Amino acid sequence: MSILTSKTPVSARPGKPARPPRIKPERPVWDEEPGAGAKIGKVVVLAVVVLAVLGPLYTIVLTSISSQGTITRAGGLVLVPGEISFAAYQQILSGGVVTRAVLVSVGITATGTALSMLVSILCAYGLSRPGSFAHTPILFTLLITMFFSAGIIPAYLLVSGLGMINTYWALILPGCISVFNIIILRGFFMGIDRGILDSARIDGASEWRTLTQIVLPMSKAVTAVIALFYGVGYWNAFFNAILYINDSSMNPLQVVLRSYVLQGVSVPGQVDVGSGAAAGPALQMAVIVLAMVPILIVYPFVQKHFTKGVMIGAVKG
Amino acid sequence: MARTGTGTESGAAATPAQEAGLRPAAAGTAAAGERPTAAPPAVPGPGSGRAGGAVAGTAAAGSPGAGAKGTGTNKTGPTKTGPTKTGPAKTGDGTRPRANLRLRFKRDRSLVLMALPAVLLLAVFAYLPMLGNVVAFQDYSPYVGIPDSPWVGLENFTRVLADADFWHAVRNTLVITAFQLVFFFPIPIALAMLLNSLVNPRLRSVIQAVVYLPHFFSWVLVVSVFQQIFGGAGLLNQSLRANGWPAVDIMTNPDTFLFLLTSQAVWKDAGWGIIVFLAALSAIDPAQYEAAAVDGAGRWKRMWHVTLPGLRSVIVLLLILRLGDSLTVGFEQMILQRDAVGAGASEVLDTFVYYTGVQNGDWSYAAAAGLIKGLVSLALILTANKIAHIFGESGVYSK
Repeated sequence: MSILTSKTPVSARPGKPARPPRIKPERPVWDEEPGAGAKIGKVVVLAVVVLAVLGPLYTIVLTSISSQGTITRAGGLVLVPGEISFAAYQQILSGGVVTRAVLVSVGITATGTALSMLVSILCAYGLSRPGSFAHTPILFTLLITMFFSAGIIPAYLLVSGLGMINTYWALILPGCISVFNIIILRGFFMGIDRGILDSARIDGASEWRTLTQIVLPMSKAVTAVIALFYGVGYWNAFFNAILYINDSSMNPLQVVLRSYVLQGVSVPGQVDVGSGAAAGPALQMAVIVLAMVPILIVYPFVQKHFTKGVMIGAVKG
Repeated sequence: MARTGTGTESGAAATPAQEAGLRPAAAGTAAAGERPTAAPPAVPGPGSGRAGGAVAGTAAAGSPGAGAKGTGTNKTGPTKTGPTKTGPAKTGDGTRPRANLRLRFKRDRSLVLMALPAVLLLAVFAYLPMLGNVVAFQDYSPYVGIPDSPWVGLENFTRVLADADFWHAVRNTLVITAFQLVFFFPIPIALAMLLNSLVNPRLRSVIQAVVYLPHFFSWVLVVSVFQQIFGGAGLLNQSLRANGWPAVDIMTNPDTFLFLLTSQAVWKDAGWGIIVFLAALSAIDPAQYEAAAVDGAGRWKRMWHVTLPGLRSVIVLLLILRLGDSLTVGFEQMILQRDAVGAGASEVLDTFVYYTGVQNGDWSYAAAAGLIKGLVSLALILTANKIAHIFGESGVYSK
């Protein structure tokens, strides 16, 4: 008994908000303390995992903001911070291929995400009431596409038949909706208390009004996560662009990133290294960082919702 | 079904399993009464619609989904317990008269309207291309178009199946899938269990946030990062050379490409993979651990007898998804690294289709290969699910 009482005061500590029950701040009494070896092993493994993710990002970001001298001294990638210089960013963002690619990517991501969210939310809400008119046929129409996809060739023939080759629509419309995302949204909408929706209807609210004024405000977290999924999808889209876009002036950032970093095309301006311009590696790293930045900005705001099991329900069906 | 309290608890309403909707085979049986097409004009009008069972019989004679409808109603009808609020007249045996269709359409038309844009997009960009697969049976030429291209029957398929390059791509695909199943699949499980064993919740969520991150990077970015670290001028070789050791070739070596691919996949997605496992772990009742511990089970025994059984259904589910997807491996990854390692190591089914079709203009041939892939994938996922059912797991779609 004395062991029990000595182990429990954490939850009773003043000023500490009560945690959800599954997070146990302290080891339960029946769980033996792991041995020193096990503890060290655990720490080492986790440290390696975290380093494996953050290490490369660190050196890439650091190199992108290092001066030419620092990069030359390091022999390539910079691990120890030296002289800081933003020349690389100035150079690639002052017009030219990379700047245009960034604008293209931003435009596609913004337009595409807005359109995708509109269509998906409407569809998810429309399907959130099993037993409504044509509910099941529509649902099956969606779900079948998760099991069988037509393939690259017919998709390409269609897009070219629609005259969308070399248009930005080709980067937006074919992948505009993800059935998976709709199912997640629908699952969430279906979980909303029917009583609330019924009382709205009794008060005379139309379905549109119920959706915009009651359901959506209640679904901010899931909407944010789905918007992130769509946004990341558009931002990262690469194959669509090489398939449907032949005009290099319309290339999104991912394609430009590939040509500069993986295919070894020189970043414009790299030739006049002698005249105080940024060094080649710094330019390459700066393009990598540009492709990464939007995700790093949005991620912290949305990340906390992942753990709330937003998508778990959908995965489990 | 408790949620369907909109007065539509007809015999034709979906059962929970159908509501989850993941059973294509059930498409014929589910809700025949709900389909617009299942209400042919020949069916007696609203007046006689109230005749209940008799009408069901008439409809049965007149519509294709008929027999299924009969069983559907009989099976699910009596089990309906939801509250009847706005529901129109119900007949004694729970059969919903057809007249309701019109009423229900009137009531639900804004819902249908809302679903319409998504359905239209899918119709154009998912279903139309399915029809476009007819080019696989033609000698398609972009200059004459699908209607005027000559039909060649199964010639493209016989050509594909006799093509050594195609089988090479199949072999590569399957080898990569198998390799990743062994060396990638267990990592998220181990990581999730490791994270779950951390007592400090704050540390746990910080590490989670870090390991999820690369999932959101594009493949171009991931390959670029690997290039910077392991490439010829990358960090690794840079420090090897600085210490007088010979450089190692990782990024352009076809022999080790399999390892490279897998480590890229692990770097990108292993963290993301733990989400589902963590959820499953947190769903395990701590009392089970406690009981096991009281009975003298040590750490490893508890892991074996409590944790792993608790993860079983999730593991089975993800294995099924992976098996169904086994013909799809890292398409963008391959395209991005094809120049570096060559087609021999990096040709998979999807790249085979892409390069023969879009790049070389052999459209019909590539479409045939793509269609084979699509159909085999479909068969795979249905089979895998059947196996899961045999083992008593719920699988992707439940019964």
